[in-house]
Amino acid sequence: MSVKQGLMALLADGPMYGAQLRAEFEDRTGGTWPLNVGQVYTTLARLERDGLVEPTGEADGEGRISYRLTQAGTEEVGTWWTTPVDRDSTPRDELTIKLALAVTVPGVDVQAVAQTQRTATLKHLHDLTRLKQQVMRKQREAEGAPSGPADAAKHDEGNHDLAWLLVLENLIFTAEAEVRWLDHVETRLHRESLRPFRRSGAHTTALPDDAGDHAGTRTEARR
Amino acid sequence: MTAPSLLLEDVTRVHGTGETAVRALDGVSLEVMPGELVAVMGPSGSGKSTLLNLAGGLDLATSGRVVIEGEDLSTLGAKGIAQLRRRRVGFVFQDYNLIPSLTAAENVGLPLELDGVRASQARRQARQTLDLMGLRDLSDRFPDQMSGGQQQRVAIARALVGSRRLVLADEPTGALDSHTGEDVLRVLRERCDEGVAGLLVTHEARHAAWADRVVFLRDGVVVDSTGRASSPEDLLATGSSR
Ligand SMILES: Nc1ncnc2c1ncn2[C@@H]1O[C@H](COP(=O)(O)OP(=O)(O)O)[C@@H](O)[C@H]1O
Ligand SMILES: [Mg+2]
Repeated sequence: MSVKQGLMALLADGPMYGAQLRAEFEDRTGGTWPLNVGQVYTTLARLERDGLVEPTGEADGEGRISYRLTQAGTEEVGTWWTTPVDRDSTPRDELTIKLALAVTVPGVDVQAVAQTQRTATLKHLHDLTRLKQQVMRKQREAEGAPSGPADAAKHDEGNHDLAWLLVLENLIFTAEAEVRWLDHVETRLHRESLRPFRRSGAHTTALPDDAGDHAGTRTEARR
Repeated sequence: MTAPSLLLEDVTRVHGTGETAVRALDGVSLEVMPGELVAVMGPSGSGKSTLLNLAGGLDLATSGRVVIEGEDLSTLGAKGIAQLRRRRVGFVFQDYNLIPSLTAAENVGLPLELDGVRASQARRQARQTLDLMGLRDLSDRFPDQMSGGQQQRVAIARALVGSRRLVLADEPTGALDSHTGEDVLRVLRERCDEGVAGLLVTHEARHAAWADRVVFLRDGVVVDSTGRASSPEDLLATGSSR
């Protein structure tokens, strides 16, 4: 996704200057995809050139210029919401490539590669789940707290937590899918190893000895 | 030093004899400390249910030791094991095992009543636990008046009710949708955070991720296990600036 779409979607919420846009973007996505300010300003400049955003006025005392969407910009944001994200192009995935190569390059213990990865991905999944638990606890506490004035800010914060939660859950489902796929790979390899005309050498261990810092990750002989 | 809530030492379980003997578990060692939730994963037939049944005293090991809070199950006898299971161990079965002629609240209160708690008191505690599982309004229903997912949650409430210190759960989220499944894990996690020890069989990594560590079984053998939980500092470094 381009930064462009994200910034324009934020501007649909009201005018903002560069540093604000960056902070809002990161706050709503839990800092999962950090932006640098330079990136934000170059993007704003390009959007202004294309007539999608415009400054709301002169720079303020600190030299900051706020931007808002033009009519064309508003329409483009509308189009973005209603158009599906393109899934036809397949981004390069290191793990997939690693395993594809592991089964074709002689002397690699593919089972060990899969298992080491699964352990690491599970730990990652565990950490994501702990973070999610924290966000949910915060939400529950906020629900329990009595509401009063100054709730607009609280409401915003609640929405931002929800956004962060959705991002976290996406990372969780992605990690889970990876673990499932790795389980599947292991079973597949096990079955293939039982078939007669298997290429030889696919199960000999030739990994470096420090296959990650996860104690107990490498199995003893798998019979 | 705290004693483990559950200790398995070199446990083997062989079903049958001779030609047809099946080594369901083969030399498994495992320790679950108070406050710890451990998940067991593995393909079907790898011995997960066997492990849980042994840990809960529903089945006896062919060799090796199963020790709950310092007591070796092989020395307790049937009566001793039954008492241990009523008071200290909560078990969630893969297929719920609710008693059809009892309401949800009666099912959940049953272990307490069997253990001599007054019926009214047992019922009150049962309702509280059902409430935790989001089933407050279903307390008076019979199992056949509830969906599979609801029965599953009643079964989980029954395992958690009272002051059980070891909870064993075999695929407790099998019949649940993603949100309800998560609620169940959250409740289990909270119980463990309060000091209960938990052993959870699941095939869903997303659910295993609520545990402090994951043990993998394959053909009755522990082939892999994730380490101890990460420290809070590690957590904060994970994909987040918060
Ligand atoms: N009562 C039994 N008699 C004979 N074999 C059994 C019995 N219970 C389990 N097994 C065998 O032991 C192995 C492990 O079973 P189980 O513990 O139920 O696996 P899982 O729960 O991981 O699917 C399987 O091969 C199963 O067929
Ligand atoms: Mg089973």
